[in-house]
Amino acid sequence: MTWQGILQIFVLLAVVTVVGFFLSKYMYNTLEGGRTFMDRVLVPCERAVYRLCGIDPTVEMRWTRYVFVLLAVNVVGFVVLMVLLALQPVLTIFNPAHMHQVPFWVNLNTSISFMTNTNWQNYGGETTLSYLSQMWLTVQQFLSPVTGICLFLAVVRGFSRHNANTIGNFWRDFVRTLLWVAIPLAVIGAVVLIALGSPQNLHAYTVVHTLQGHKQTIAQGPVASMTSIMQLGDNGGGFFNMNVAQPFAGPNAASIFFQLILGFSVPVACIFLFGKMVKNTRQARPIYWSMVLLFVIGALVLYHFEAAGNPALAAHHLRLAASHNLEGKETRFGTGTTSLFENSTTTISWGSVIASNDSLTPIGGLVPLFNMMTGEVIFGSWGAGMIGMIAYAVLALFLAGLMVGRTPEYLGKKIESFEVKMAVLSMIVPSLVILVLAALSVALKAGTSGIFNPGPHGLSEVLYAFSSGVGNNGSAFGGLNAASPWYSATVGLAMLLGRFPMYIPLVAMGASLAKKQRIPESAGTFPTHGPLFTVLLTGTVVVVGALIFFPALALGPFAEQFAAHAGKLFGG
Amino acid sequence: MSDMDPTGHVGATGTALADGGEPPAGESPHGRRVTMSMWDKDLVRRSLRQSLRKLDPRALTHNPVMFVVEIGSLFTTADALRYLASGRLGSFSFTGQIAIWLWLTVLFANFAEAMAEGRGQAHADELRRTRTETEARKVTPEGIQVVPATTLQVGDVVVVAAGEVIPGDGEVIEGIASVDESAITGESAPVIRESGGDRSAVTGGTTVLSDEIQVKITAGRGESFLDRMITLIEAGVRQKTPNEIALALLLAGLTLIFLVVVVTVAPFSVYSHAPVSVTVLIALLVALIPTTIGGLLSAIGISGMNRLLERNVLALSGRAVEAAGDVNVIMLDKTGTLTMGSRQATSFTPSPGVEERRLAEAAQLSSLADETPEGRSIVVLAKERYDLRAPDLDGGDVEFVPFSAQTRMSGVDLDGRQIRKGAAESVARWAEVELDPQTAAAVEQISRAGSTPLLVAEDRQILGAVELKDVVKPGIKERLASLRAAGIKTVMITGDNPITADAIAREVGVDDFLAEATPERKMEYVKSIRSEGYMVGMVGDGTNDAPALANADVAVAMNTGTMAAREAGNMIDLDSNPTKLIEIVEVGKQILITRGALTTFSVVNDVAKYFAIIPAMFVVAYPGLNALNIMHLTSPETAILSAIIFNALIIPALIPLALRGVRYRATTAATILRKNLLIYGLGGLILPFVGIKLIDMIVSALHLVSTVK
Repeated sequence: MTWQGILQIFVLLAVVTVVGFFLSKYMYNTLEGGRTFMDRVLVPCERAVYRLCGIDPTVEMRWTRYVFVLLAVNVVGFVVLMVLLALQPVLTIFNPAHMHQVPFWVNLNTSISFMTNTNWQNYGGETTLSYLSQMWLTVQQFLSPVTGICLFLAVVRGFSRHNANTIGNFWRDFVRTLLWVAIPLAVIGAVVLIALGSPQNLHAYTVVHTLQGHKQTIAQGPVASMTSIMQLGDNGGGFFNMNVAQPFAGPNAASIFFQLILGFSVPVACIFLFGKMVKNTRQARPIYWSMVLLFVIGALVLYHFEAAGNPALAAHHLRLAASHNLEGKETRFGTGTTSLFENSTTTISWGSVIASNDSLTPIGGLVPLFNMMTGEVIFGSWGAGMIGMIAYAVLALFLAGLMVGRTPEYLGKKIESFEVKMAVLSMIVPSLVILVLAALSVALKAGTSGIFNPGPHGLSEVLYAFSSGVGNNGSAFGGLNAASPWYSATVGLAMLLGRFPMYIPLVAMGASLAKKQRIPESAGTFPTHGPLFTVLLTGTVVVVGALIFFPALALGPFAEQFAAHAGKLFGG
Repeated sequence: MSDMDPTGHVGATGTALADGGEPPAGESPHGRRVTMSMWDKDLVRRSLRQSLRKLDPRALTHNPVMFVVEIGSLFTTADALRYLASGRLGSFSFTGQIAIWLWLTVLFANFAEAMAEGRGQAHADELRRTRTETEARKVTPEGIQVVPATTLQVGDVVVVAAGEVIPGDGEVIEGIASVDESAITGESAPVIRESGGDRSAVTGGTTVLSDEIQVKITAGRGESFLDRMITLIEAGVRQKTPNEIALALLLAGLTLIFLVVVVTVAPFSVYSHAPVSVTVLIALLVALIPTTIGGLLSAIGISGMNRLLERNVLALSGRAVEAAGDVNVIMLDKTGTLTMGSRQATSFTPSPGVEERRLAEAAQLSSLADETPEGRSIVVLAKERYDLRAPDLDGGDVEFVPFSAQTRMSGVDLDGRQIRKGAAESVARWAEVELDPQTAAAVEQISRAGSTPLLVAEDRQILGAVELKDVVKPGIKERLASLRAAGIKTVMITGDNPITADAIAREVGVDDFLAEATPERKMEYVKSIRSEGYMVGMVGDGTNDAPALANADVAVAMNTGTMAAREAGNMIDLDSNPTKLIEIVEVGKQILITRGALTTFSVVNDVAKYFAIIPAMFVVAYPGLNALNIMHLTSPETAILSAIIFNALIIPALIPLALRGVRYRATTAATILRKNLLIYGLGGLILPFVGIKLIDMIVSALHLVSTVK
């Protein structure tokens, strides 16, 4: 580990905090009735959209209506994508590379993946999809994070409103987030990425003859725009199979750092936005610090184990150029940046990668795995990470909050049976899905035949796939035949369950809270703005996550790490 | 309670009644229900029997956590027997011991519940013994008939004389009597019951000590207060409060998650070529699910109700007990609760040209025959200030002038001197003089300060004013301050005008006051602060309190109060002690704290159990995992057995805490939280590491199971 490598973790956090802080003000004004400098241009656009679609944005919706419309919009996006992919050989426009039929399972998996903001890709983009298909994926990359913000608003309004039956208007939330936040930021991002060296065109792939006399096809296309929204929207579904490790998507360190900032901007802004919405910015602090704490611990552990490399090599006094574990890493960026990037990709639910996670050291690989297993609440994707953390806060308060001698309350709202039921439901979903599907995969032939590395590493691969799916992350560990019907279907299922069944109960919880009266704060109220709550919240995330997944992780990464210390090899 | 007549005089009967009707102010209620020792022999024996009976799976369905443990115990027992039949003694010994400890886990939990229930049951039995078949003298058109009390209908009128037991709940419609209510309240001092007013309700089963009253029966058979009390204590035992239900839900959710965790370990272990036996999987499951809190949850709630009962408070709903912990505004009557209720002379203010000593002497003389506390306090004050001894009046020409509602004065005619004291206007009228501005100002100032001014005059000359002050109860200020620190607002209810109320409120240290309180204003006040999200607790005894009581979250009706007040309340204070509300709030908080502390403790305990069991499970397949055996437990079998023994033993170890409750001191939430998180959070994390290690050392030393690594 080098000091520069450690320093960049904190530099990144400092930069994204500043960006997120200012962005949260802008988002608050946009979404909760204020003025922004973009209004003059965007308000007419907004009105045009409403008129065109016949929407009345002033109608307040109950949560059931809100969720119904949200689901309807998502289903439409899903169906259009499936049809486009199915008709790819027939639709000749924007298909200079003459891409063929997309297999059904891949199509289904991809359509779910891009609806749920997962962007799990069990295909190679540049070898499977036409420009038209890639463009619709880009549309989905706008719609899915915006959906996340709508879920966030619905939940947080539970705390910010009181004695209210309604939680806002979905269309208004959706259109304003899209027009004011997603599109302008994506445009800025794309322009900067072009300036930093990514291509942006609709040309056919270039075929060149290498010096060795081989023929090489150089894939290209609307790379900058797609990379911009994939990073900004915490999508992670890249243009290229290699994702950002491909030099066009991640041309240099500046571009990588800029992409990190893009990815963190909205999730960090959501924390502060939460504070502004509940009219008490101090309440955002413990959540912010707990995310930062979990992020820093993860980044340092990951970096440490990657820098330490394979213990078997060290044990044999094999001092190579450096003992760093460089396998599967982009050598241009080295261990420090790669570790930071891989930790980031699983905290902000990105899924974008610059290394092969399969080649991380076992504990190094455990960190991204754990980040996802805890429900992607360390920053998380647009809105979703924040409401996941709110669910943890509700549970932490319910478990420990009684200790102050009052029935638990959060932000002046009493937490009762219904809220607990919904929070538990949303907590059960990810753990149940990961464990059950992974157990089936290692028990059934259909599953085991897709594992390339038997032994504990194979278990990690399987756990990672489902964690990535449920967490709507989309990053792949690798080493798994993800395109097989079994994994296409099961990971698809995981992505679906990890999106709607996980977050809709939280919207119901929010709606139930919105109906309640606000209890005035007093000296007898559980203090949820101080360092004590930071510790409690962080502890809850770690303990709950660890309790649920420890047995599986013991047989996966832990067993592998200790085996590596002993120099044991696993066949295959 | 209403404030007394502001003239400074209270009729003799009024004082006597006030003394008889409620316990002397400031004293702690004696006659408290006898608190049972925690390990009462009979109770323990009965609880042991009960805990076996509770093994019936149908009885356990209300507790999903323990239900799962019982199913696990059945499986392991079957497994153990299978090993015994096949002659694999090593496996039998290990599985058998695990099975024993799992059964013990369930029994310990049952025992905790039975202990708590038993204590409540004992109270109910005690009451039932006092319910006897009484006879009633019923008033009928044909005259008085003797009928069994059980035949009485609502609306019947009965006559009860001294020495007789009141046959049913009712209202005194004629007469006045002193009644011994110790059967219900445990309070031995008799109370006054009279027709009309706020002291008209009588309870079946209590005994009339003097005089005769006519009672109109208001409750039919099985609905009497005593009946309701017994059923409530018994039913209260099984009633779950909203928060308890929510917590049970969470525990069920955790149990479900851990069930999935353990079930999926099976395929993972098979895949990893480290198969695990069913016994070990069940052991892991039981170790992980929150058995500690699952086993003690109902005991905590029941014992909380019992603690209220020991304080002579009967909660009519579990919801109210829980609400007591949440109350953040409590409304307290000024008189009798915050102040002593009897005014004491505190200063003499002479008129211009009069010596203070002369005023004191005149005041003393005029009060010699005045037996009211106020009158006596004047004599005492004069003696303290000027060492004035009451002169020997025998033989002199003495004529005392008693207080009357018409004159609003009292005094003495002594050797030709005419001395009078009383309300300012009355005395001034008697003296036929205009009050000089200085004395008028003094009178005004005394009123403003919330005290009562008395004017003293001798032979038509105004001597000055005596200040009668309603003295704040000792210790009440500190109590209110600690309530404030705990985030509870106090509101004083008084019939005084706002200016006076403000002065007293400041002196007592309440946060707010409601002056010139009428039933409507009290109710409006309760409604308005509740609409701001506050939870309100209040005490009431009179019919005029009923509307406000009905709107409060925690409404404590005094047992001496009217039927209307009792109906409107959700708790009844058998001692009729108005400061009881503060204790009720503390008990409410204690229940919640205990529940939270044990939940936190239970969940963080899992961490250590993992470190014991997981390496033990997989160390054969992956020897490297022994690095996770940070406690250096002897062998896989000792590790698993030790974790299960710890898991079982922690339940009885915590029974005293569950029954007694975590200590509560009124202070800020942040302070309480820090302390409890340290003890039960951090403590819960560390303690099992130590406990499991110690048990492992014992298990290894005794060679209870295989110690082969």
